[in-house]
Amino acid sequence: MRQDPLIPMIGQVTNIRVDTPDVKTFRVVGLDGKKPFVHIPGQCAMLSIPGVGEALFSITSSPTEPDFIEFSIKKCGCVTAWLHAMEPGQQVTIRGPYGNGFPVDTDFAGKDLLFIAGGIGLAPLHSVINYCRHYRSRYGKIDIVYGSRSKQDLVDFEEILNVWCKEDGINVHLTIDREQPDWDGHVGFVPNYVKELGFDTNKTVVMCGPPVMIKFTLAGLMELGFAREQVYTTMELKMKCALGKCGRCNIGSKYVCKDGPVFRFDQLDALPDEY
Amino acid sequence: MKKLPRNQLDSLFAALSGLQKLYIPSDDASGQAKFTVYEPGMTLTKNLNTVRSAKDLFFPQVENLMGFKVTGKQLELIETRDVTEPFVLFGVRACDCRSFEILDKVFLAEPVDTYYQTRRENGLIVSMACTRPEETCFCAAFDIDPAAPAGDVSCWMDEENLYWQANTEKGETLTAGLSMLADCDAEAVESQQAATREIMQKLPLASLDLSAFGAGKTKELFSRPEWNQLSEACLGCGTCTFVCPTCQCYDIQEFNNGKTVRRFRCWDSCMYSDFTRMSAGQPRPTQLERFRQRFMHKLVYFPDNNKGCFSCVGCGRCLAKCPIHMNIVKVIKTLGEGTK
Amino acid sequence: MQRVKEKAIELLTSGAVDRVLGWRAGEFFYDLTPAVFTSAEEVEKDFVYSVFSGANLSKYLIAESRKGGKVAVFLKPCDSYSFVQLLKEHRIWRENVYAVGVQCGGMCDAEKLKEAGASGLTSVREDGETLIAETIYGEVCVEKDKALLGKCQVCKSKKIVCFDELIGEQGEEIPDNHRFDEVAKLEAMTAEERFAFWRGELSRCIRCNACRNVCPACSCEKCVFDNHDLGTDNKAAADSFEENMFHIIRAFHVASRCTDCGECSRVCPQHIPLHLLNRKFIKDINELYGEYQAGADFETKPPLMDFTKGDCEPSVVYERGGANA
Repeated sequence: MRQDPLIPMIGQVTNIRVDTPDVKTFRVVGLDGKKPFVHIPGQCAMLSIPGVGEALFSITSSPTEPDFIEFSIKKCGCVTAWLHAMEPGQQVTIRGPYGNGFPVDTDFAGKDLLFIAGGIGLAPLHSVINYCRHYRSRYGKIDIVYGSRSKQDLVDFEEILNVWCKEDGINVHLTIDREQPDWDGHVGFVPNYVKELGFDTNKTVVMCGPPVMIKFTLAGLMELGFAREQVYTTMELKMKCALGKCGRCNIGSKYVCKDGPVFRFDQLDALPDEY
Repeated sequence: MKKLPRNQLDSLFAALSGLQKLYIPSDDASGQAKFTVYEPGMTLTKNLNTVRSAKDLFFPQVENLMGFKVTGKQLELIETRDVTEPFVLFGVRACDCRSFEILDKVFLAEPVDTYYQTRRENGLIVSMACTRPEETCFCAAFDIDPAAPAGDVSCWMDEENLYWQANTEKGETLTAGLSMLADCDAEAVESQQAATREIMQKLPLASLDLSAFGAGKTKELFSRPEWNQLSEACLGCGTCTFVCPTCQCYDIQEFNNGKTVRRFRCWDSCMYSDFTRMSAGQPRPTQLERFRQRFMHKLVYFPDNNKGCFSCVGCGRCLAKCPIHMNIVKVIKTLGEGTK
Repeated sequence: MQRVKEKAIELLTSGAVDRVLGWRAGEFFYDLTPAVFTSAEEVEKDFVYSVFSGANLSKYLIAESRKGGKVAVFLKPCDSYSFVQLLKEHRIWRENVYAVGVQCGGMCDAEKLKEAGASGLTSVREDGETLIAETIYGEVCVEKDKALLGKCQVCKSKKIVCFDELIGEQGEEIPDNHRFDEVAKLEAMTAEERFAFWRGELSRCIRCNACRNVCPACSCEKCVFDNHDLGTDNKAAADSFEENMFHIIRAFHVASRCTDCGECSRVCPQHIPLHLLNRKFIKDINELYGEYQAGADFETKPPLMDFTKGDCEPSVVYERGGANA
């Protein structure tokens, strides 16, 4: 069969982990049992169930994971509903990796890093965080602010508690939107929590979450004295090809699928406000 | 340069169609021109141009990409790619010739789209110079000379003769196999070209000014209030997109018969409301944003990414076909004048 | 025709309305665009009512009448049927609309002028029943009849069925309009011939959706062909037969609500005679349920949306279909 970037490879889902009531993490390998491809943290891949549809997801696992790639996916549309209903052993199609990814080996190198995520927004950051943990000595201090609606909605909660929280030089700040009985941590929205924590501005910030969180957290960071050049985020728009050709994921002259999905806010400022 | 008496055109078409599949612009049942597979007895259209552009032959409206056999949890990839054989596309106007260069910038950029690439490799383009441009023509705004069309072979036609000039190796090879063509000088062609260029000066859109557009103009143009009025009557249909020789947006869809799934791509239009709609939201909620996208793409975003090249060739199809007569010329004039 | 423009200016100047829905001048004399005018100056500069004001403005009122303030609209006789039909379907907020009826002597089609040899059009003037087209290649005379839009060649009525004000004379219905002649021709074909005819015509479809989007009877908030949640969205069908079904399903959906305004065929870039599908339904409805004209009045219900004991039995339809086949 003549190859084409639109022709996917067939992969197999070997493990499905229930993260939250509406988020599951899917482990995917090639039919040869090996990792399908090597990616950069922040890159995405097209997953599809033929007959249901194809959609773009950010890769949640770190490139340093030798044997598989993982996707944490929230149930919100047609394809995701099908993914949530399937069982391990199901074959899916996969193509990628797509997009620019985070500048982990250039701009991030040697810097103190502040990760801010809300809800399923942790998915793309999970990959970067574990990459930075793996190459710990290349980076300075790491702070992670992560919030969700409730304790049950915190994605990767086990890993956060048992791995991230226990590592030296990593400060994890968790918060949930409303009080609940089995929670003795911080309660409140992410933007306010970031301001309360009051980070020094000698940091590179990586942020992902719902638009309203992004908007207010960014404003908070500006108040704290951060520059927009210091803050990175990752975008999501409808895509069909992920190759910069089908024409729908552009913001001005930039295509999210190939020029993004990772943008700094000063780069986004230069684009029309249409996302 | 070579020539052939016009009354022997049939012999040329017969010879070409004997070598490869031949498409010529011919009238359909509605009296409009369409690139059609040549059959003996078929005649060239008298219309200036086809309704559907020549892009159809390289980027068809619907095209199979691949298939999947689904058995329980197992998937198997199936080859469903349409077989493309070498073909000759005769009678392409200068505007459509330029459109291939524009489509190439999208489909042949890395990663290369091999479906398009295969068709491009298989297609041999024989262009035809214009002699009677319409009032809707504005190719000159994009420095296209309709009297000197590109292509593997360029042709001119007057009352008596067809003139034939091979431009590429592919064109030379084809020409070598056509014994009915006789050598001639370029005198007749040159005088026709001079006449056409004179007509071009007189066209109502001859002085269309694009200086307000091009790379780097997003900030100046994106938030202009004129978009409101320009887009207010837009029906949100895909006519302009689908007759446009440079519009290349596509959708990928599937057909599932329960056992196998056929994945195909089809033309899509940024004018359609579902073009960017996701379960998570809609970045272009009204027709204004969709309308603006189409023209910003052609006049600013595409130049931004392609060294200033506009994604329009001035063929005038959208001027003739938009149900409400809104079009890129009105956009250029309205925004352009507001800029002065 | 100057009176239409004067009326638009008067309505805006007096403050009787806030906006005027009309036709805006284009680059050439024929490429008028439906437009909303908000000032007398704007009307003065750009408003045109001419033989190229073919676009039916009534569907725009669905959105315009909901915007607050009062909007005036100019309705030609056939447009007024669409207006009434949309009012009956509660799609237009009547209280926000000031309807001005305008008489119409038939609207022209620039593409028809070109077909008649007038390529390179620069201007046109009327001389009795002849249109004299100036082109960059010289003057071309075309009989006005030949340049009329298809819908105007078989005009069904000069009566403006709903208006707040009338410019010029009220007209009459035109019973002897021959609009079903083409349908009768299709009915006279064998089933195979008819099938071949429609397959041929519909094979030209590029699925641009212009017919649907312009159609005043297609006013669903979300078309079934766009509905991804229902799984019925269909941008391009997997095969050409399924593709053809788009038009047939659409014709079914507008049957008995279609006023025969002819916009579908006017806008089709591929010149598919889509109105014939709708007209076939109208003719059948006339024969099976009695004469019915959608949009002709406010009282009657569309036969396919109403049930009476006198309705023909499905078997009648079946037998009739059988006899025709």
